[in-house]
Amino acid sequence: MNSEVRSDLGSDMSSDRMSDRDRDRDRDMREPVISFQNVYKSYPLYGHIRGIKNFLFDFPRSLKSMKDESFEALQDISFEVYEGENFGIIGHNGAGKSTTLGLIAGVLRPNRGIVEVRRRVSPLLSLGAGFHPELTGRENIELNGVLMGLTRREIRLKMDEIIEFSEIGDFINRPVRVYSSGMMARIGFSVVAHLDPEILLIDEVLGVGDIRFQKKCLDKMMTFKESGVTMLLVTHSVASIVNICDRALWIEDHRVQMAGDPIEVVDAYCNAAGLPMNFGAINKAAL
Amino acid sequence: MSVGQRVARKVSRVSHVGSHRNFENHRDILIVLLQKELKVRYNNKGLGFLWSIANPLASALVYLVAFQILMRIRIPDYILILITGTFTWQWFTNVVGSSPNAFVGNASLIKKVSFPRNIVLLCMSCNHLIHFLMSVPVIMLFLAIHGRYPTLAWIYGMPLLIAVHFTMAYGLALGLASINLFFRDMERLVGIILNFAFYLTPVLYPVETIPPKLQHFIFFNPAAPLIAAWRDLFMEGRLDWLYLAVSAGYAALFYLLGTSIYKRLSWKFAEVI
Repeated sequence: MNSEVRSDLGSDMSSDRMSDRDRDRDRDMREPVISFQNVYKSYPLYGHIRGIKNFLFDFPRSLKSMKDESFEALQDISFEVYEGENFGIIGHNGAGKSTTLGLIAGVLRPNRGIVEVRRRVSPLLSLGAGFHPELTGRENIELNGVLMGLTRREIRLKMDEIIEFSEIGDFINRPVRVYSSGMMARIGFSVVAHLDPEILLIDEVLGVGDIRFQKKCLDKMMTFKESGVTMLLVTHSVASIVNICDRALWIEDHRVQMAGDPIEVVDAYCNAAGLPMNFGAINKAAL
Repeated sequence: MSVGQRVARKVSRVSHVGSHRNFENHRDILIVLLQKELKVRYNNKGLGFLWSIANPLASALVYLVAFQILMRIRIPDYILILITGTFTWQWFTNVVGSSPNAFVGNASLIKKVSFPRNIVLLCMSCNHLIHFLMSVPVIMLFLAIHGRYPTLAWIYGMPLLIAVHFTMAYGLALGLASINLFFRDMERLVGIILNFAFYLTPVLYPVETIPPKLQHFIFFNPAAPLIAAWRDLFMEGRLDWLYLAVSAGYAALFYLLGTSIYKRLSWKFAEVI
């Protein structure tokens, strides 16, 4: 699997889309910024020891459940993501996509195997998560930005830019509880768009806001791509995988099912789901 | 399990090179979370400040009616005993009592953002510290009405006691909050223990009314010397070094215990929450 991924990368990255900056980095291109080597992750279910009472009164069973009962979320996952790549991850609900992002973000640890991340990672707060309904949009931008890894100084410098990008208008000084969900997502994405990360983890964000704002998000992600940000995109939108990503990974039943060209992966994924789509007809160069 | 897997288990590791989260970001997380707490509390209710002192004040009033008027307890300046007891106890019990919920209540943060999780508790402890500091003028007002005024000992006594009180409450809270993720009924247990501790701590009565035979037992209750030291400082204007030393000992113990429990468990938080 690994060798296949690497050879694919070689052909992909040498394409004409390479800018001057890309070429400068070309020599360390071989060094992956994210690498998973035979990663296993299982969650203990802690079925019995939810309470002290049960733990003490049912001690032997609790010990047993602690050792034996676990849920395998990832099994033998290996892949590498290289600098400047847009990497998409698809898979059914519960296949292990978010666990993968959690491992990259550093909130989870693998049980076995090696996870290596060699650049700054933005956390994977989904848009609007961590917002407090009683605070104004402006205050929430500060809160969200700090949680995403900025300092307050940096946020103050970028505040006007963020507000302008969100196109939220006068609502910015009102509490977020009066916002529509689309407006909330606008604020959320505007913060993400100004994070200045080296690796950006995005969990299910596209498809928020109206059509015009979606286009704006897409454009912003394209500028990220051009400036050499490595993006990891977890989504159920096969269209955005095809449109944005250079490579895709399909996780099925907690294992890597397929990795490589996004169109091929998405095609196989859709076929497996029983919803074949005519992706073969789409020429990637046209996008 | 095959041999290969057993070997592989040894190399389980995560390496994050160049994490951009640094001291400044961590400090800002603390500030922003604290601001959030305070803003939410004070923006909406114009009387936010009153709410933070209403609780201990109301309970002091209730105890005054119950014990002095109805049960006719004869302790000089009983109202001051109650005020100094309930305000300081309230700070302690607010931090410790709400700690089991601290991590559980911030599940979305713990799951998604990798930051030192103890910031959540540090924020909570600072929040209650601020409320206590704002209630100090109220205590001083009551003292002044009864002809007692701040002394020189306050200048060093206040910071020392605040540091000890803060450390003890924070250490306990950190340990309890971490354990509560694995044993969710910790919260109930803490509630029961705090109820016992309330009556075993000289909150409603001065240390002097405890029978002499039992008096040295108060040193087995970590909160007792602390509350007694606070009352001495407020009412007598002097710092009792024995009480302070014992409280500081407990504070150090709980801090070490709390942080070691937290350090041992913190990497699992995101998966059990």
